[in-house]
Amino acid sequence: MNSRPIIEVRDLRKIYRVGEVDVHALRGVQLSVERGEFLSVVGPSGSGKSTLFHILGGLTPATSGEVVIDGRDLSKISDAERTAMRKRLVGFVFQKYNLLPTLSAADNIRIARHIAGRDQAEDPKFREILELLGIGHRLDHKPRALSGGEQQRVAIARAIVNGPAILLADEPTGNLDSRNSEAVLSVLRDLNERLGQTILMITHDAHVASYGHRTVHMLDGQVVSA
Amino acid sequence: MLSIVAIGLEVTMMLTIVGLSQGMIADSQQRARGVGADIYIRPLGSNIMSLSTASINERLVAWLEKQPHVTLAVGSVVQPLQGISSVTGIDFDKFNRMSGGFRYREGGPPRAANEIIVDRYYARQNNLHAGSMTKLLNREWRVSGVFEDGKLARVVLPLRILQELTSNTGKLSQIYVKVDNSSNVRPVIDDLKSKLAGYPIYSMEELLSLISVNNTPGLSAFIGVIIGLSIVVGFLVVFLSMYTAVLERTREIGILKALGATPVFIIGILLRETFLLAVFGSLVGIGFSYVTRWLIMTLVPASLSQYIVPDWWPIAGAIALAGALLGSAYPGWRAARQDPIEALSYE
Repeated sequence: MNSRPIIEVRDLRKIYRVGEVDVHALRGVQLSVERGEFLSVVGPSGSGKSTLFHILGGLTPATSGEVVIDGRDLSKISDAERTAMRKRLVGFVFQKYNLLPTLSAADNIRIARHIAGRDQAEDPKFREILELLGIGHRLDHKPRALSGGEQQRVAIARAIVNGPAILLADEPTGNLDSRNSEAVLSVLRDLNERLGQTILMITHDAHVASYGHRTVHMLDGQVVSA
Repeated sequence: MLSIVAIGLEVTMMLTIVGLSQGMIADSQQRARGVGADIYIRPLGSNIMSLSTASINERLVAWLEKQPHVTLAVGSVVQPLQGISSVTGIDFDKFNRMSGGFRYREGGPPRAANEIIVDRYYARQNNLHAGSMTKLLNREWRVSGVFEDGKLARVVLPLRILQELTSNTGKLSQIYVKVDNSSNVRPVIDDLKSKLAGYPIYSMEELLSLISVNNTPGLSAFIGVIIGLSIVVGFLVVFLSMYTAVLERTREIGILKALGATPVFIIGILLRETFLLAVFGSLVGIGFSYVTRWLIMTLVPASLSQYIVPDWWPIAGAIALAGALLGSAYPGWRAARQDPIEALSYE
């Protein structure tokens, strides 16, 4: 068992150029996440938590600093390598689900396997995950025929179908009512507890954050308390 | 759906123009074959495919009939009408002996000076029947008969009348010659060429082979222009369609990129879609070409003739596919370069 943290962030900085103005979205973030940990990142709008999410997910490069995920230093990889990293190293769950509307739930999950170059056949373990998520009977439906909670559970299935090292969830209950929110959060906690899935969840809701083992607070581009 | 219809129209344009050229060429060949001659003589310095003024002295007909192995010579005058149509004057008795005669669907040959005969396509296009009146060459004519198509011309009248009307008394546009035996065609042509220096003299087989797209002035260029235009139409339609599709699917492209899809993967999806559009569009275009043929054969059967050209289906399909792929190149490049974060936030 590797005892090294699965996510190590040191002095991470991100500067966006907006017109002629430099916007400092991250100002020296320090963060460490252990393997199998369920971490909640809380902060108000503009605190930099989404930028942190994008950098950890390999969607955008950092301006400076070091980001190591599962032993891989993201600051030293190319765009193409970041694209390859997104196939297997990280899984995303978005606030707006982001399912492909023309595909069925099953095909939304399959396309993630296809992009990762994996066999389309479902293994028994994945079937178990689908049952755990409670969507096994809804896989033939298109997203528009699913409730918000069901769509988010399909998105979670898609995110973990390739066995990523970390699951990044950005406001996963932001579009859900309280009952569906509880269901989705319970699923995330089950995935963490039963499968040991490392989860980093961004939220601005303290109750949602309480589902994690630990909560870090961000403000003005920095982690202010852990 | 719009893209498929547009590509279909592109393919239809190509198939229709090629079908028209082949149909009209075949139609001309059929009518030339229907004369029943072995040798064809044009005026001095004339082009085989152009309508020319009558400039052959008609005494040449009698002279030709005295040549060895020549059994019959028939002269005719061809007077252009509007567009590409024409009226032909012929000595009916001699022509009937050479060709076996017109087969009449209605009426019979001209008996009076103001009578003409027309073929069934001309009759259908102009809604004429035996006994109808029609205006040609600034005169009123009575249609004495409607004959089966594929013989000489669409509108025929007695030679003398057309010669007088067009101030070509004693002159001919062309002469058809029949010989006693097909094996004597070549020797007779060689003999005539030596005696009639400068006259274009062809065997009917040569004439039929010379009636082609390449020998029709401007036709190849015209076909090229139409095909070029159809490619431009197909390119623009697919370009706009794909450009719109990429814009509409910005968020979906962002999702795929977040899942780790490479630019090649994204472009591959667009190209596959383009390929399907081109295939279905080509099938629609082939279907439309049957519609244009039906319209032409219903509305203007005497002026135009369109063939269905299956040998051009793969060519038109390939051209449409090339245009469509070209049209999807820039949208595909844009899609591949989408920033995943911007794409995911696209509403």
